[in-house]
Amino acid sequence: MLIGKPPDIPSSAITPKDRYLNRRRFLKGAAALGVASAGAAQTLDLISPRSAVHAGAKLDTVKSPLSTTGEQLTSYEDITHYNNFYEFGVNKDDPAKNAGGLPTRPWTVKVTGLVKQPRTFDIDALLKLRPLEERVYRHRCVEAWSMVIPWVGYSLSEFIKQCDPLGNAKYVQFLSYYNSKVEKWSSESTIFWPYSEGLRMDEAMNPLALLTFGLYGEVLPNQDGAPVRIVLPWKYGFKSAKSIVEVKFVEKQPSTTWHEMAPDEYGFFSNVNPTVDHPRWSQKTERRIGLPFYAQRRATLMFNGYSDQVASLYTDMNLRKYY
Amino acid sequence: MKRSTIIVLKALVWVACLWPFGLLVYGAITNTLGADPTANIELTTGYNTLLLLILSLAITPLRRIWAGLNWLIHFRRLLGLFAFFYGTVHLLAYVALYAGFDVHSMLADIAKRKFITIGVAAWLLLAPLAATSTTWAIRKLGGKRWNRLHKLVYVAAICGIVHYWWQVKPGVLSPLRLTIVLAVLLLARPVLAFVQKWKARPPVTV
Repeated sequence: MLIGKPPDIPSSAITPKDRYLNRRRFLKGAAALGVASAGAAQTLDLISPRSAVHAGAKLDTVKSPLSTTGEQLTSYEDITHYNNFYEFGVNKDDPAKNAGGLPTRPWTVKVTGLVKQPRTFDIDALLKLRPLEERVYRHRCVEAWSMVIPWVGYSLSEFIKQCDPLGNAKYVQFLSYYNSKVEKWSSESTIFWPYSEGLRMDEAMNPLALLTFGLYGEVLPNQDGAPVRIVLPWKYGFKSAKSIVEVKFVEKQPSTTWHEMAPDEYGFFSNVNPTVDHPRWSQKTERRIGLPFYAQRRATLMFNGYSDQVASLYTDMNLRKYY
Repeated sequence: MKRSTIIVLKALVWVACLWPFGLLVYGAITNTLGADPTANIELTTGYNTLLLLILSLAITPLRRIWAGLNWLIHFRRLLGLFAFFYGTVHLLAYVALYAGFDVHSMLADIAKRKFITIGVAAWLLLAPLAATSTTWAIRKLGGKRWNRLHKLVYVAAICGIVHYWWQVKPGVLSPLRLTIVLAVLLLARPVLAFVQKWKARPPVTV
């Protein structure tokens, strides 16, 4: 087990807010200023139809010491237009085009299974449960691409404490929104819906696990899993379920979507691990999104660079067997 | 069809075939290949390889169905060679952008990963066909042997489609459309041959 700071992260300051503004947003902002009479939001939509799904509502956040520092953030444009959200289509640009119909209000999250008292949280109550933090995390997809994303949320553990799980709850399962009328693209694959993911209880209680409501200081766009999702930076992206409607506490390892589809390719744990290849491609390296083609390739880090915080969860486990 | 018309059409086919490649080069220079340029290059070249291969395989059945389309034969070699061109760019992009010119990792990939194995196999099957595509080679080999050799294109196309299926996530159906078209084109051959034979049967005398 590693002890001490991960070597890859220089201890420079957290990216200041003004650096968020990537070129595109800067241009849009400038254009909006130029059309002073029109409502800014509508103007933005007119200038860039691709941002029509952009929710835009600001969230008040505090900085978090758990943020990754010293890495260039992936642009808002790329984070919101390069998505895997198969309920809205299998191509990367499909969710941005198709997720507009996801009804994010009213929205509730049901808490079921092994809890003292099953209950339902309203999304607005969840938003106020704890102060929202900004957490910059690396995001590593099992397909070997990666991003750096400034998420907004608070530790999943804070929410789980509110749920009062019973002592025999060993796992927690997350179920995503599913409605074949809203998500008619879900038939483009043979996946069984709703999307299901899960964690062992100690993983879920790790402070890095984030209950997420926003990115770039704003409410999550639908295609990124609005209005509430999970983010697990040390695991492959598909573990981080989007648009959560139910959290279920269970005794046995729950059935999870990709693990069910292809157990040899997608393990239940799916921790980022450069030494265990996907059967069809190497996981040693990854492609950073948003860079030119000759500059994308970079080494993948054990636990995606979060060994310090999470390696202790897996000390007695053979990570080749429990991939 | 007039010779001049064929020349104009050939020029258009050249432009159409080079168009996706031109867009990639332009995108690479201006850095506008989207969020994941590496994947974009690999997917675009791979898709166009299969598309052109399938178009080249459509010509023979179309000519058999309607003799008025016989002139299409003038474009078959061009389409086949462009398919090989895109397949080669696809392979080179893998060598450079995925394997980083590392011979060991390439050999490991070919040995371990069946979708890469079959992709390389498809390219290796196309290579001798491209090499023997000249009129000189046809004459040298003789029509019969040349025809037999070029039957390999069916195997290459099937390998290419399987390569596509093995590359996508289980349950994802994106290769389905190309698969159906290829299946129809391959099945059309024995079916049309049978129909032709049936039509040419000697009249039954009672």
